[in-house]
Amino acid sequence: MFGLSQRSTVVPARTGAATGPAPEVPAILAVGVRKSYPGVEAVRGIDLTVAQGETFGFLGPNGAGKTTTIAMLCTLALPTAGRIEIAGHDTRTAPGRVRRDLGLVFQETTLDGDLTAEENLRFHADLYSLPRAPLSARIDAMLDLVGLTARHDALVRTFSGGMRRRLEIARGLLHRPRVLFLDEPTIGLDPQARAQLWTHLDEVREREATTLFLTTHYLDEAERCDRIAIIDDGRIVAQGTPAVLKSVLGADRVELRTGDDAAAAATLRAAFGIEATVGPHGLNIQTEDGARLVPRLCAGLDVPVYEVTVTRPSLDDVFLHHTGHRIQSRSEPG
Amino acid sequence: MTHAAHVRYDVAGGGPGRIAAELRAARMVWRREMLHFVRDRTGTLVALLQPLLFLFVLGVGLGRLFAGAGGGSAADYLTFLFPGVLVMAAQPAAISAGASIVWDRESGFLREMLVAPVGRGTLLVGKCVGGATVATCQGMVVLASAWLIHVPYRAGLFALLLAELALTALAMTVLGALIAVLIRRARTFTTVLSVLMTPLIFLSGLMFPVAAMPTWMSWLTLADPLTYAVDAMRRTIGGYEPARRSSSAGAALFEPVTWGGLRPTPVVELAVVAAFTVLALVLAARRFSRSG
Repeated sequence: MFGLSQRSTVVPARTGAATGPAPEVPAILAVGVRKSYPGVEAVRGIDLTVAQGETFGFLGPNGAGKTTTIAMLCTLALPTAGRIEIAGHDTRTAPGRVRRDLGLVFQETTLDGDLTAEENLRFHADLYSLPRAPLSARIDAMLDLVGLTARHDALVRTFSGGMRRRLEIARGLLHRPRVLFLDEPTIGLDPQARAQLWTHLDEVREREATTLFLTTHYLDEAERCDRIAIIDDGRIVAQGTPAVLKSVLGADRVELRTGDDAAAAATLRAAFGIEATVGPHGLNIQTEDGARLVPRLCAGLDVPVYEVTVTRPSLDDVFLHHTGHRIQSRSEPG
Repeated sequence: MTHAAHVRYDVAGGGPGRIAAELRAARMVWRREMLHFVRDRTGTLVALLQPLLFLFVLGVGLGRLFAGAGGGSAADYLTFLFPGVLVMAAQPAAISAGASIVWDRESGFLREMLVAPVGRGTLLVGKCVGGATVATCQGMVVLASAWLIHVPYRAGLFALLLAELALTALAMTVLGALIAVLIRRARTFTTVLSVLMTPLIFLSGLMFPVAAMPTWMSWLTLADPLTYAVDAMRRTIGGYEPARRSSSAGAALFEPVTWGGLRPTPVVELAVVAAFTVLALVLAARRFSRSG
C-alpha cells in the first residue's frame, strides 16, 4: 500500500557471506550490570559472556534478580549501571538495533487469541519489517519447524498450552534473531509437550544456529545447556559448564548397607584402597565412578550386601552448595 | 557445521527506510484493530443501538416537548440533536481504543509490541486510527438514518459530516489512549474514562445549546473540545439548509458558539479539535515511551 521497497537495504537471503559480527563477538555481553529500585538493589553487579551459538542456562531462586536481569538484557528495563551488548550493539545507545537481534518467548503467553497462527506471525513480521516477498514461505517454514503446519489458519484461542508455546517460539525466530530468550520454556507443560518442545528447540539450534538463553527450574533442561550461570541475591554465584560445576562438588556418593559394616570397611581399605566412613545408614564412600564400583564391591566383599545406593552430584546439589536453597521444581506457572 | 548464513533482515537505521518501517508497523496495528472489529459482530451491533435509541426515542420525545413548549418544530430539535448523536455513536469505539491498550497490557500482547523495534508513538497512532476508523464506520450507520429526521441527503453534506466525525473520533480515541497510558489497572481505567467522557459529551452542547447554559457551565463547555466539533457539524448542516429556521425560538437553538463576542468559523473550530488531538497524542507517546 505504501509501495515499500526494501531492496536497497536488505541483504538477499542466499548470499554466501555471513553478514553477522565476527565470531569472537559474544552474542551477549554484560559488564558490571546493576539495577536498583528505591530501597531495593535487585541486581548487584553481573558479568556475563555468552558466545554465539551457545545454549546458556540461567538459574536462580525466585527473587534472585533473574527476571530483572533478563528485562535488562532484552531492553525492557534500563540498567542503573553497567553495560550490555547484544551481538556487539549497546542496549542503551541502539535499542532498536538490539531488538531486531532478539527473539523473546515469555513465560506468559503473548499471542492474540482472536487471530490465527498465520496472522499472529504476520503481525510480528510487520513489526519487525521483514521483507514481504519471502514472507509466506518463511512463515510456513517456521510453522513447520515447530510442527504447527496443520494449524496455519486456526484461531490461537483453540490452541493448547504446548501449541501456544511452540507458536511463540516460531514467532520469536521469524525474524532470524541472533539470540532467543526463553523464560521458563516448558513450565506448565505436560511431559509429552516438554519433550516435543525440546525436540523442536534442538532442531532450531542446529538449523538456525541461534544462541539460546533460557531460564529454568528444571534440572534436566539445565543439563542440556552448554554453560549455566547461577544467580542468587542479585549476584552470579557460579558459572560454567554443568560438568565442571558438578565436578567442583566432587564425586559420586555410594551408600552400602551390609551385614557387617566394620568388616566391610576394613576390606574396602585393604583390598580396594577406599576410605569409607561409617554412617547411621551404612557405609558412605566418595568415589569417581560409583556405578562402575558397585559390581566390584558386591563381588569383592565377603559380607552380605543388602542395599547399595549411588547418588551422582546433581545440579540441585550444585545449586544448594552455592545458594543454600534447592531448585524448586514447579509444575504450575508462577 | 552448516550455519544458515546469518543474514540479517536489516533496515538501515534512520532515513526513509525507517519511516517506511514505522508506517508499515502502524498499518499492521491498525489492521489488527479492524480484524477484531470485524470478528466481533455482536459487540458492534450492540454498540450501535445506543445512539439510535437516543436519537429516535429520546430525541423524538424531547423534540415534541420542545415543540409543545413553543420552541420551534420537533424536526428542528432533532436536527439540532443530530451531530451530538453522531458523536455518541463514535464514543464506544473511541473508548475501545484505550481499552484495547489496557486489555493488551493485561493479556500480555502489549509486551510483544513493546519489544519490537518500533516507536511507541507509532503503536499509539495505529491503535487510535484503528479506533477512529471503527467509530467512523459506526457513525456512517447513524448517518444513514438521517433521512428519518429530515436532514437532507446531500453527498457533499454527508462527506463533510463524515470527515468532521472522523476527526472528532480521532480526538476521542487519542484521549482514551492517553488515559490508558497513564492508568495501568483495567478497572480503574474504565471508571475514569466513563467519568471523563460523559461530561465531555454532555457539556458539548449535545442536548441544549450553549446559549441556554448558565455562565459557569458555559465556561466549562468552552473548554471542552467536543463542543467545537459538535458546533462545527451543526453549522455544516445549517449551511446546507438555511431555510429551516422556522421560528425565532428555533433560531436560538442554532446560536453558534462564541468566544466573548468573537464567532469562530467552523474551520477554526475544527482546528481546535485537531490541536487537542495532536497535543494529547504527543503527551501519550512520551508517557508510553517511558513506562509502557
